[in-house]
Amino acid sequence: MTVGLFIPCYVDQFYPNAAIATLRLLEKLNVNVVFPLKQTCCGQPMANSGFEHLTGGCNRLFIDNFQDFDYIVAPSGSCVLHIREHLHDPEREILAKSVSHKIYELTAFLTDVLKVTELNVSFPHRVGVHQSCHGQRGLMLSQMSELVAAPFSKPGYLLSMVNGLQLVELDRKDECCGFGGTFCVTEEAVSVKMGKDRVADHLRQGVEYITGVDMSCLMHMEGILNRMGSKVKVIHIAEILNGE
Amino acid sequence: MEKTSQDHSELAANFNKDEERVDWHDETLWWIRQKRDKNVHQLPEWETLREVASQIKNNVLSRLHIYLKQFEKNATYNGMIVHWAADAAEHNQIVLDLLQGRGVDRMVKSKSMLTEECGLNEFLAEHGVEVVDSDLGERIVQLAKEPPSHIVLPCIHKKKEEIGELFYKYLGTPAGVSDPQILTETARQHLREIFLTRKVALTGVNFAVAETGEFVVCTNEGNADMGAHLADIHIASMGIEKLIPEKKHLGVFLRLLTRSATGQPITTYSSHFKRPSLGKEIHVILVDNGRSIHLGKPDFRESLKCIRCGACMNTCPVYRRSGGHSYHNAVAGPIGSILAPNFDMEKNADLPFASTLCGSCSNVCPVKINIHEQLYKWRQVIVQAGLAPVAKKAGMQVMTAVLSSPGLYNSAGKVGRWVFKYAPFAVNNQLNPWYKQRDLPSAPKQSFKEWYLTNKA
Repeated sequence: MTVGLFIPCYVDQFYPNAAIATLRLLEKLNVNVVFPLKQTCCGQPMANSGFEHLTGGCNRLFIDNFQDFDYIVAPSGSCVLHIREHLHDPEREILAKSVSHKIYELTAFLTDVLKVTELNVSFPHRVGVHQSCHGQRGLMLSQMSELVAAPFSKPGYLLSMVNGLQLVELDRKDECCGFGGTFCVTEEAVSVKMGKDRVADHLRQGVEYITGVDMSCLMHMEGILNRMGSKVKVIHIAEILNGE
Repeated sequence: MEKTSQDHSELAANFNKDEERVDWHDETLWWIRQKRDKNVHQLPEWETLREVASQIKNNVLSRLHIYLKQFEKNATYNGMIVHWAADAAEHNQIVLDLLQGRGVDRMVKSKSMLTEECGLNEFLAEHGVEVVDSDLGERIVQLAKEPPSHIVLPCIHKKKEEIGELFYKYLGTPAGVSDPQILTETARQHLREIFLTRKVALTGVNFAVAETGEFVVCTNEGNADMGAHLADIHIASMGIEKLIPEKKHLGVFLRLLTRSATGQPITTYSSHFKRPSLGKEIHVILVDNGRSIHLGKPDFRESLKCIRCGACMNTCPVYRRSGGHSYHNAVAGPIGSILAPNFDMEKNADLPFASTLCGSCSNVCPVKINIHEQLYKWRQVIVQAGLAPVAKKAGMQVMTAVLSSPGLYNSAGKVGRWVFKYAPFAVNNQLNPWYKQRDLPSAPKQSFKEWYLTNKA
């Protein structure tokens, strides 16, 4: 099995450790991972701002870079959801479809494809999980509090394998952090307030770390935590699961 | 609805100047969301009910012309008088003609978001007709000379102390009284006089049954019934999408409506109106006002399934923190943001962007409208129509150029972590709003790609 590793642009630029952890974790699980060097971005920043018509270049690049792999894995729910729902190429629509069906968010790949049952790592800390909306409601990585349906959580299942990790229960277990792409600047006031409220929930539970599958939400909360002068850290779930 | 030149983000920023108030607003609405959760989790068949309701409404939208005629025929047979209004102006004129034809210049009205949409109160006031809203929340915002901020909870943005002040000013309660019991009793006495003296009452319609030619009005206060039963003429205004095919379908919708709206199993009053009492009249006004144009848009027609429960507002993390008035539209929140551009895309071009696309709205919607997907689609339509701010457009074009070229992307990254230069934090490359209340991530020594080239390739 050969996996194409897709590292979202802002992870590549700002959170290389999350990307390194993703690569090493997959390699530890005996996956042959290739990182195509000509990759850039999924195109979501434009599309969610109403400029989907400008994403043709990103789409073509994505297909060119990733069409040959058995699977594509990315440490991001949001970017994966964008590729799943919006990857198009008018000249290669069938190919685009097949590429968008091959992409997995990291934790879903671990639970659904690799069917991981043990990890042999430890992280002896109090940890809060931020359910990113696109990961949870978009990719259905966890059950959603609005629905009358049996609970489950793919990230939660993986974190339960980590020795010493204490998972806290939040007052609002799946409320949005307010990042929302360009929303974070066009609706600055509401975005910040949402972020502050989300962070406050984690702080009330006495967490040391906030983790999740989406670095964009974590980056937003980190920005607020740091401005507050808080010692609480954000960490991508891949770094915990990789155990380094 | 009063026009405003400010867009959602400016109005929301104003609302956020008082953080304590935002917390109170957020927590009040979140409490209702939790009540809703508690209630719906008692029904194992909840998700099936939603699916059935969605399919019934899809059927209605596909056969609307048939059901409308069927309803007209049966309602007329029952002795009601059916009017057709192509737009808000026709609707308002029909109401005014009914009033003036009988020499009436005072009317009592129970909650009707459609009349808000049509600007009926303002229109009637201009023609010398006094309208008193009899829903307590509506009456309060009417006294405050404000539009409702929520379709089910019109004065949810007001604290009881502020309501006390209004009642002191207009209804004669002593100064400084904010006890809900006293205020409610005052409103009750005030409205009783209105109910007893008004010859014409207007209500909205929650459901109209094509099969039987009857309609159902749901209230918790019984104010629609008080108004309609005591008046000689009952005018019921309804959007044409309010139809359901058969009476038995009420068994689906009445179970969904109030559980979704307020977390109650059912409204206190679900009143059926089928034929007028002897010597009285019931007029039903079927209002289009853009709905049939809306129906012709495949990407957006599903929003016409809406039964106006307000659940999407209660769950929306943006609505809870920006307040209903920030949406400058009769219907606020997520559903308002996908309905409003149908009426006036230019005026409401900001609304589909007032969302993080978190998707909670679609999950609570009792008729399964794909609200967040429609928000995304409206964004595309609005930008294509040239309604995006110029600076945003320029920023997007630069970003697109960088992201479409691996060479440019790599070199841009090297010269300074391009993300902060272009997207998504600084769309106009001016003063960076991210930094106002949030720190920037510290730029690492190497990007992942650079690390990979050094260590792996």
